[in-house]
Amino acid sequence: MSGFLSVLSREIRLSLRGGGEILTLVLFFVIVGAVVPFAVGPDKALLARIAPGIVWIAAFLAMLLGLEKLFGPDRADGTLALYRLADIPLSAVVAAKVMAHWLTAALPLILASPALALLLAMDGETFWRTVLSLLLGTPALAGFGAIGAAVTVATRRGSLLAPILIAPLSVPVLIFGVGAISASGGPDQAQAAALLLAALSLMVVVLSPFAAALAIDWGED
Amino acid sequence: MTIDTTPKMSWWNRLSHPGQFVVQTRPLVLPLAVLTGVLFVIGLWYGLFSSPPEKYMGDTVRIMYVHVPTAWLSQFVYATMAVSALGTLVWRHPMADVSMKAAAPLGATFTAMALFTGSLWGRPTWGTFWEWDGRMTSTLVLLFIYLGIVALWRAFDDQLRAARVVAVFTLVGAVNIPIIKFSVDWWSTLHQPASVFRADGPTMPGEILTPLFVMFFAFTFLFITLQLAAMHTEVRRRRITTLERRAARGDAR
Repeated sequence: MSGFLSVLSREIRLSLRGGGEILTLVLFFVIVGAVVPFAVGPDKALLARIAPGIVWIAAFLAMLLGLEKLFGPDRADGTLALYRLADIPLSAVVAAKVMAHWLTAALPLILASPALALLLAMDGETFWRTVLSLLLGTPALAGFGAIGAAVTVATRRGSLLAPILIAPLSVPVLIFGVGAISASGGPDQAQAAALLLAALSLMVVVLSPFAAALAIDWGED
Repeated sequence: MTIDTTPKMSWWNRLSHPGQFVVQTRPLVLPLAVLTGVLFVIGLWYGLFSSPPEKYMGDTVRIMYVHVPTAWLSQFVYATMAVSALGTLVWRHPMADVSMKAAAPLGATFTAMALFTGSLWGRPTWGTFWEWDGRMTSTLVLLFIYLGIVALWRAFDDQLRAARVVAVFTLVGAVNIPIIKFSVDWWSTLHQPASVFRADGPTMPGEILTPLFVMFFAFTFLFITLQLAAMHTEVRRRRITTLERRAARGDAR
């Protein structure tokens, strides 16, 4: 357990002191959301209708941006090789990294979502549902991201490949994430979507460290 | 009388040697190709000339004889890849990687064909090339997964290492595809309730069912033939890479 916690705190410290990476991600998230009104026109009714989708797409893209630093730097400086030989299993290390990835790449986005809600003319109730669905759904994105990053860490062009690989896998997360916000199917539907999203997140977060650890372990001779 | 106690190699072990695999399965390719050709001739004859046009859709129903078999193969090929991935991860069977690698582009092609014929068929009958219907959307996502797997194979230099990584990803995809299918169905029923298009179509009479079954087997045998041929090519390609590497090392000394 102490190994798990030390990996977790190391990851968090690295990204806090890493020269404003978190701030860049948050900026990217807000800017992607803020660019949409320029593309579709500043019609408030239209913006309010598509706002949940925009927030989810912005969060999805922002989380893809942070994938490269999940395993890449550790592999470059040899830390990953040491992790493979560590006392705790590699899957526990990966689980710690997934948690740290969520804390540093997803939580700041959720904290910044009020800015986007304001820009996209969301009403209060929709905003709270958006925060809830992001909280429930982003762990699944972090888990899928870990799989994508682990599978491509040993390749040279991995940074471009990982988003291509995990975007199709993330389709259910986006569907249930937006479904949990939009009230088009009635409140029962939104609640069912939120529950399914939570189930998906739990499953992905539990299983993805094992798959990612397997891919890392077997990707290195 | 002496008893022969030397261990015999099972066919399974013998097949795990790439050279032996090629020697053993090489004679199968020609008969399979001939069988595929015959099935295609029969199926196309039945499909194009000997079966009546459908009452509502007219001659466009003949697209079905290509569309349904390719759509079936798009899923069957993924199952082949997933079983091969298990073979790589559990038994480390050397031919399992080769089979996995050979199947990925074939699966992508069949999926693309299913989508293409589907949209050709959809234009006259539904009035649109593309609809965000559950079945079509999940097939599109499947195509993206196939293409991702092909890209992942190409990103590695060392194909033996690539095999194990791709196997992990293939199995992750295999777990995920039912979830995607289910979520996409749920999504499209949420947004467009009471879909007008019944995917299973009208109940089919025998003269339409016969060419469909023949084409179904023709395409399945086409896949088996192409899969074997692609596996042989891959074995040869690896041997050439090894020989080239050895030659380069010899020159360096």
